[in-house]
Amino acid sequence: MIEKPVIDVRDLVVAFGSRAVLNGVTFDVRKGEVFGFVGGSGSGKSVLLRTIIGLLPRRSGSIEVLGERLDTATDEARRQIERRWGVLFQQGALFSSLTALQNVQFPMVEYLDLPQRLMDEMAAAKLDMVGLRRADHNKMPSELSGGMTKRVALARSLALDPELVFLDEPTSGLDPIAAGDFDALIRTLQQTLGLTVFMITHDLESLKTICDRVGALADGKVVATGSIQTMLQNDHPWVQEYFRGRRATSLFSPANPAHAGITPPGA
Amino acid sequence: MGSPPSLVARPGAGQVELTAEGSWTVAHARSLDGLIDETVQRMPPGQPVSVDMHRITTLDTYGAWLIERLVRARENLPGGVRLEGLPERYKSLFDQIQRADRAPPVPAPSRFSISGKLEQLGRATVGFGNELLAFASMLGALVLSLGRVIANPRSFRLTSTVHHLDRVGWKAVPIMLLITFLIGCIIAQQGFFHFRKFGADAYVVDMVGILVLREIGVLIVAIMMAGRSGSAYTAELGSMKMREEIDALRTMGRDPVDVLILPRILALVIALPILTFLGSMAALYGGGVVAYFYGGMSPDIYIERLREAVSLTHFEVGMIKAPFMALVIGVVACAQGLAVKGSAESLGLETTASVVKSIFLVIVLDGLFAVFFAAVDM
Ligand SMILES: Nc1ncnc2c1ncn2[C@@H]1O[C@H](COP(=O)(O)OP(=O)(O)OP(=O)(O)O)[C@@H](O)[C@H]1O
Ligand SMILES: [Mg+2]
Repeated sequence: MIEKPVIDVRDLVVAFGSRAVLNGVTFDVRKGEVFGFVGGSGSGKSVLLRTIIGLLPRRSGSIEVLGERLDTATDEARRQIERRWGVLFQQGALFSSLTALQNVQFPMVEYLDLPQRLMDEMAAAKLDMVGLRRADHNKMPSELSGGMTKRVALARSLALDPELVFLDEPTSGLDPIAAGDFDALIRTLQQTLGLTVFMITHDLESLKTICDRVGALADGKVVATGSIQTMLQNDHPWVQEYFRGRRATSLFSPANPAHAGITPPGA
Repeated sequence: MGSPPSLVARPGAGQVELTAEGSWTVAHARSLDGLIDETVQRMPPGQPVSVDMHRITTLDTYGAWLIERLVRARENLPGGVRLEGLPERYKSLFDQIQRADRAPPVPAPSRFSISGKLEQLGRATVGFGNELLAFASMLGALVLSLGRVIANPRSFRLTSTVHHLDRVGWKAVPIMLLITFLIGCIIAQQGFFHFRKFGADAYVVDMVGILVLREIGVLIVAIMMAGRSGSAYTAELGSMKMREEIDALRTMGRDPVDVLILPRILALVIALPILTFLGSMAALYGGGVVAYFYGGMSPDIYIERLREAVSLTHFEVGMIKAPFMALVIGVVACAQGLAVKGSAESLGLETTASVVKSIFLVIVLDGLFAVFFAAVDM
């Protein structure tokens, strides 16, 4: 039996006023895979993400996440689902009146009934895992750099060890070393916890190293899905330009086989 | 969910053997936390410990961390803790968890101590001084900016000023008229009610006229203005500050005072006298309406009495105060807006402070003016 997809989007239409940003988007994300999502700036990737998690209304189409349709789910069912996913927003969306550590603890306080000591340790451990130094744990979001904000937001999205994470450009604003660490972390979590990742990214390196499948959004539709190899062979003009453009070719050329995998540090 | 986790100890030859079973995940984190603490306390310090993990069915970062906590608790004891039989797929998760810093979490500074209270007092005092300084420097920057505009009138932001005039002036007219009308009604009604006992009905008009023109008209309008427009200014400038818009403006060679603050304050300074005038008229009208319906005084007599009771001086006193009050409201609102730090909480604090301070200063200013006008016999 084929397992039910974790995210199942059919014929989704989302419009602002008369302008349809998404016009018939169909794709699915399977359990335990890292799904990379690409598309030009302003093509509607963030809108898609916000629609899937129920922040934006849709005109038509259906969305199923973790086997439930969110719009028909009861409040309690919705809460149960929200506990099973984590979201990293493009701008971080940290709570500005809480410290970095408190931001990571926030979902734990909301959803889990744990002793304070364990929550302190877990939040600190999560921040360590995303590479935020101890000295920065008690800083307010306004005192964090752009890359540090991204890390804290990532730690917060992973706070509850979710089954599914939505990441909107997680590596933008990170230096290449940090981006590499991020890739390793996501790989580890995917392999050990069976984490499913829906990741919007412009980072070709991330696409190559950790994404099992890639979807491309153009003209309000998903024009291609599949492994990097299939994307390279796709003949949609935008996809061609994206994956065979000047920056991509050096990375995806046969001399650098795609999906070479990475070794997590210390392994 | 999986089967509940367990950690069973079996004293072996010269070492303690622990067997971990079940699902070591966040769902069971609470019981695991107790289990680990208990185990750490119960184990004899001298013996090495081994943990057999091959019967763990599921593991996540919570479970991994709790095992790591056990390892770290006995790190410095002879033998330490040996982990055995960790399922292959969880190896890298452990590597990630072991990266966690060994330093204990930095505690947040506590504020419940005498020295903390003293520190707070000191900070509050310095803060008060800084606020005075911010007020003065905003006033200075405003004068400079005005000077630049006079020297080079083309740099004046007319469109922006008109836009703000529309927001704080024109759009405020209905609510200001309504409120001052009601205040006029209430003063007249109270006057008739109490003065009637002394047969002093006719003096109600004097009271209404003088009170409204000299004090109430301008005060009510200024306080409304502080609540309605001052708070908006603070919130706008504050969120611009939070999103670095003000810094961006500066880097493009534009002084935020010229672009954002001067038009706003100028609009207030123009709008407040006009609204004061309209408000005073509405209050007098309200007084007249009450005089007619409640006091049984015909409009002709009301107007006649008004003409005798109030002079141009009373009107002038009210109108002279208006622009100064507008200036105070505007400067406080803008200075407060620029004082916003990164958090939403600070935006709220500064907005509250802006309204409270500007109302307070408006009333202080009113008192100073009272002294001044008494001295110059107005
Ligand atoms: N609230 C909104 N109201 C109106 N239009 C919107 C709104 N949010 C987004 N849009 C429009 O939808 C389109 C898609 O925006 P979106 O943020 O999804 O882009 P994106 O693909 O995430 O781009 P980027 O890679 O730059 O983040 C844009 O044209 C944007 O102007
Ligand atoms: Mg986006």
